[in-house]
This record gives sequence, C-alpha cells and structure tokens, in this order.
Amino acid sequence: MSSEWKFTTKDLAEKPELLMPGHRACAGCGPAVVYRQILKATRGPIIATNATGCMEVVTTIYPYTAWRIPWIHTAFENVAANAAGIETALKVMKRKGHLKHDHIDVIAFAGDGGTYDIGLQALSGAVERGHDFLYVLYDNEAYMNTGIQRSGGTPHCASTTTSPAGRVIPGKPEYKKPIADIMVAHGIPYVAAASPAYWRDLITKARKGLEVKGPAFLHALAPCPRGWRYDTSKTIEIARLAVETCVFPLWEAVDGEHSLSAPSKVIALKPERKKPVREYLKNQGRFRHLFTPEFEHIIDEIEHIVDRRWKLLLKKCGMA
Amino acid sequence: MTVVKQKLLALSGDEAVAYAVKQSDVDVVAAYPITPQTIIVEKFSEYVHNGEVDTEFICVESEHSALTACLAAAATGARTFTASASAGLALMHEILYVTSGCRAPVVMTIVNRALSAPINIHCDHADSMVERDASWIQIYVENSQEAYDSTIQAFKIAEHPDILLPAMVMLDAFFLSHTLESVNVLLDATVREFVGTRKIPLVRSHEGKLVPFKLDPKNPVTMGPLDLYDYYFEHKKQQEEAMQRALQTIKQVHDEYGEISGRRYGNGLIDPYRLEDADIAAICVGSTAGTTKVVVDQLRAKGVKAGLLRLRTYRPFPSQDLREALENVKAIAVMDRSNSFGAYGGPIFHEVRHVLYDAPTRPQVVNYIYGLGGRDMPQTLIHEIYKDLQKIVKTKRVEKPVQFIGVRE
Ligand SMILES: Cc1ncc(C[n+]2csc(CCOP(=O)(O)OP(=O)(O)O)c2C)c(N)n1
Ligand code: SF4
Ligand SMILES: [Mg+2]
Repeated sequence: MSSEWKFTTKDLAEKPELLMPGHRACAGCGPAVVYRQILKATRGPIIATNATGCMEVVTTIYPYTAWRIPWIHTAFENVAANAAGIETALKVMKRKGHLKHDHIDVIAFAGDGGTYDIGLQALSGAVERGHDFLYVLYDNEAYMNTGIQRSGGTPHCASTTTSPAGRVIPGKPEYKKPIADIMVAHGIPYVAAASPAYWRDLITKARKGLEVKGPAFLHALAPCPRGWRYDTSKTIEIARLAVETCVFPLWEAVDGEHSLSAPSKVIALKPERKKPVREYLKNQGRFRHLFTPEFEHIIDEIEHIVDRRWKLLLKKCGMA
Repeated sequence: MTVVKQKLLALSGDEAVAYAVKQSDVDVVAAYPITPQTIIVEKFSEYVHNGEVDTEFICVESEHSALTACLAAAATGARTFTASASAGLALMHEILYVTSGCRAPVVMTIVNRALSAPINIHCDHADSMVERDASWIQIYVENSQEAYDSTIQAFKIAEHPDILLPAMVMLDAFFLSHTLESVNVLLDATVREFVGTRKIPLVRSHEGKLVPFKLDPKNPVTMGPLDLYDYYFEHKKQQEEAMQRALQTIKQVHDEYGEISGRRYGNGLIDPYRLEDADIAAICVGSTAGTTKVVVDQLRAKGVKAGLLRLRTYRPFPSQDLREALENVKAIAVMDRSNSFGAYGGPIFHEVRHVLYDAPTRPQVVNYIYGLGGRDMPQTLIHEIYKDLQKIVKTKRVEKPVQFIGVRE
C-alpha cells in the first residue's frame, strides 16, 4: 500500500495547527511533537479520542482546551473502545441520514501504559472487530503522568520510580514487550513504527493509517525529557539515535507484509552505519547506572538483545 | 384517554426488553453476555442478523468496553443501549461515573443478580444498589410488562434536554428475566413516534459559540477534560440538579406513555397498593411486590388495614411522594433484597427511614433483609412481616429494628 498523498514542507506549514500552542506539556516533550506531526497528516474531518495520561492532561484543563477538533477522553484503559463507539455511531448515523459529513476519520491516542498494559484488552477487541480507526501509541516508555513508573514498554534496565536503579536490581529486570508485533499478529491491515526525528516518514505513516480501511496501529517513539532524564533540547537527537542504533528500527507491515522504512533500510544495506547502543544510552539519566564498573556488562547484554531483535526484523523484511 | 392498538405476546422479561429496544430506533447497542441477561443480547443479535433493526451491534470483549462504546457513541450523537448484570455491572463501575459525568444518555437494562463470591446467578439487588451514587436514573420494575414499558420510557427520560443523564432499568433475575408472561406491546410506529429521534441540546463551546452537544467536526467541543477544584464541584452540582429535575420528567414521560398504552405504575415514581387508609405497610422494589400484593389482599379480607408501597424509581429518590404517601401509616417494614455489610440495615431502609425523619407523624420503620442469592420470598414470610408490624402498632415497641428473614440461624 502506498499513499497517493504528496506533501511539501510548505504544505505542512500552511496547514492549520489542530492542537494549539499554549498547552502545558513540558519543554522538549516528545509526545507533543508526535501529536503535532500526526495532526499534519489529516485528510478531512476528524474526531480524536485520548486515553488518560500526560497528553490528555496537558492539552485540556477546563475551561481551556488546546484541541481544535472534536475530542473526548473517558478513561485510561478504554480508548480503543471509545474509538469503536465513535466509529460505529458515525457509520449508523450516516446510514440513517443523521450525519452532515460524508466521512469522518477517527483517531485514538494512548501512551504506553494505556496500550501495552491496562488498555491492551480493549485494543485487541477493537482491532479484532475491525473498526476503521487509527490507533496511535505515543511511547514515552513509562507512566509519566503519575510520576515515571515502569510499564510493559519500559526498556530493560531503565530506571523508573517502580523499577529504580538499586544496589541489587539495576532498573527494570524485564524486556520491552514487542507490542507492534502483537498488533501485526491480529491480522490488521496496517502497522508501523515511526520516530519524530524522521517526521516525513512519521507523517506519511499516519496518513496511511488514516487512509487504510480497517484498524491501523502506529507505534511512535516519543522521548520524554522528564522521565528519560535528558536535556530538553535533545528530544529529536535521542529519537534519531534510537533509530541509528536499531534500538527502535522503522518499519511498516501492510497486510502482514513487513518492509523497512528508509532510515533503517540504509543501515540494513550498510551495517557499518549502525551505531553502538551505548551512544543512545549515554545521554539518558535513566540508564546512567549502567555506566559504572559494576553494571557496565549490561550494556553488552542490551546490545545483544537489540541485535537479535534487529535480525528477526530483517528476516521478516526479507533482508536477512 | 386514547389507548392505541396493541399486540399481546408471550415474552420473558429479557425478551420483552429486547423487543422494546428493537422498537426504539436505537443506533448503537454494545453488550457482553452474562447470565441472566444473555437472552437480551441473543435476541437482539437475531434482530440484527435478520435485518429487523437498523442498529449496529458491537459485540465487545468486555462490559467495560460495552459501556465505553455506548458512552462514546452517545457522545457522537447516537441513541445507545446496553444490558448487564452482577459482575458485568461491577466491571462497568468506573465507566458508570464517566457516562453520567459526560452527560451521555445511555440506557441500560440490569437483570438483578447476586454478586460473587460465592458465585451465584440468581436474584438479589446488590449489583445495582451499590451503584446508586453513580448519577444514573434507576427504575425497578415489577413484571415483564413493566420492563417493556419502562425501557421505552427510559430513552425519553435520559435524552430529555433537561436531564441528559444515563438511565438503568432493573428487572429481577429469573423471576422476571426467564419467566414467560403475557406482554402487551405497542405497534412499531407508535413506539417510534413516542421516542422520536434523539434531540441534541445546544451548549456553549470553548470558542463561545452555541453548538450541539456532540462530537462534531463542524463545531468542535472537548469532552471529558481535566477539571480540578475550580470547576469540578459546579459540574457535580449540575448533575444533582438534573437528577432533581428528573423527578418531574419521569412522571411526565410515564403519564404520556400511560395516555397511549393505558398502563400506569402509580405516578411513575412510587406505586402504592391499598395504601390510602393503611395502618401498616411494606416497602419494596421489584417482583416481590407482586407476592406482597396477594398478601395485602388476604390481610384486607380479614379486616387488617395493610398496604404496600412499591418504589419504582430509586434514583432520583422520590422523598416528597414517599412522605406524603406514608403520611398516615403507623408502622412500616422496608424490605431490602441486598445488604450493606456492617451498616444499620439495607440501602432502601436507610433512605426511607431517613426521609421519614422529617414526617410530622414519624412512623416506626423496621427493616427486613430477604432473598439474597435468589432465596425465595414466599407469602408465609411476608405474612410474618405484616404480623410483626401489627404487633409494633399494638405494643408501640420495636424489638428488632433490622433483621434477616428467610435465612437459617
Ligand atoms: C484505571 C486507572 N488506573 C490508574 C490510573 C492512574 N493513571 C493515570 S495516567 C497513568 C499512566 C499513564 O501512562 P501512559 O499511558 O504511559 O501515558 P503517559 O502519562 O506516559 O503519557 C496512570 C497509571 C487511572 N487514571 N486509571
Ligand atoms: S512528563 Fe514527559 S510526556 Fe509528560 S508532558 Fe512532560 S515531557 Fe511530555
Ligand atoms: Mg507513557
């Protein structure tokens, strides 16, 4: 599948912002950048729904709102069911002649907590039923809204407030759940991984997700300076390093067929371009404890895991 | 009164509800099966698959998603319905508050079933009583006919622009849900006309415009925002005001429906039986009222001035009507089919006794917890209750204000 839509930077600049400035996200907030990029990909009228989490909280506080499109939040674990209800209502209201619009896109946003963990059931149910909506996982790799607790999306050995870097246990013992693979396994038409450092790629993928009929899942890495403990100016740099080190490769699966996206394809073709994982880890306070004699061996372990997952992905993309 | 043409059908309580929903031009139904509500979703699925309704049925993966999907569909402008019981309702608990807080007029049938553990599929009212504070209208019905009638009324009450609150209609597990009764149903066109299409009131948006209160790209609104100490309290007070207005709306819709169907259940809020000159009275909700009426008749035949007040609407609580109806009653037995563990009596008792504190006559009010987990409530036990009341009137003394009845010691 490829989108017919072509855009220039000028087109994007001229497109009105659907999420207005003035919201209360921290300086350097990765999710805010991801939202802005995704909303540049809309093709017409749209309704958005959001799970509880940072982005719900920072974009709305009564009587203010940053949203220029109809938007609803109901709870933490059910954003996919919100989307299901909205999409179904639109379908039947259109059939009965109660809707002025020809078509309205539906987009659901949730963090990693609302997706990997508490929201997985509703998400699985909604995509199994085939509702036509785009689900965006903005992955800042912990429960940021409640103070940086670990989630199923937190990477191995990252320090969070519920997986602290202790003297005995150095951060989160478990590994990051392969959530996008789980979504591919649902047999849905479109799944993609994107990083805001490669905005053209991310925007194109969001557009494809909206255009495809049926459920689409976009996994967007969304660095969080608060939770990852890095300087607020480094969000995009870190989002790029995640791709350059193959910690977070960029790919898409159309009807289950995987392919690498350009930034990761380059590395597949020229493996010498792959940067060591330590480059990615070293600027983030959440991994600081790994740069000590006691725990340094873990960096090799992480490199090993990254390599293994990268090889599996190459195989799926027919590039092994 | 112009009673319109109707059809007599043999329907179980669940079937009667499904039939009412079928006729009410519902846009979206999202539901998850649980005994004893299953017949409702099965019947409705048949209607959908046979093309008998223009409704989308979302066969969700949980009750949590069932209510969420209804709430979101209602926020988009659709008429929505769901049904549940017991554990299913408990799983919805979080979203009950979100639904009323978003002022989404979802209609839901609850087939009252005991809560686990131990697991039990039979009737008591613990599941819905515990949700009394969720800002949902609660109507308890006595029989399948009333289940049918009340379901249709519920759409009109919930969607009324003065109300915009979700509504629950409760019927007793098995006693009603699975028991065949003769039910008079209105013609499709009559129901259609009665419920009409959903009207969406206008609200002031954050841009200062008057816009329809729904998710509409032409007039964007933000629903379910963060709302802290500077406004949350006002929003909760608005919900309370809508609840108080609902007392009038429930009566009014019940009257309009009565005009068409010829069927009335008291004034829609309370349904008194031989209460005018009663010295003693029982108060209950649900199907037990049927058995109690038989007992009242037997007592009356013997010259005992016994009466019954069936509470039809539990939320909003009809305090004023209740106080007036019980003005001259000397002793009252409140029958609760659920218990509030560790409290002084059951939930209906709390409310009734509390309301009667303001009555000039201050009658004696006692409480009987009965029928948990589907335990039968036969006439003999109800006779015992009235016997106790007669004794209280005679001796002016209450021995046991709160007791369990029909249970092994
Ligand atoms: C049922 C429920 N459990 C817990 C919470 C508390 N809570 C609110 S947001 C949140 C974490 C959100 O994490 P994530 O989805 O990753 O979004 P982020 O805040 O990181 O953007 C939690 C635990 C809640 N609101 N509801
Ligand atoms: S804590 Fe992180 S995700 Fe939340 S608003 Fe701040 S930067 Fe954004
Ligand atoms: Mg998060």
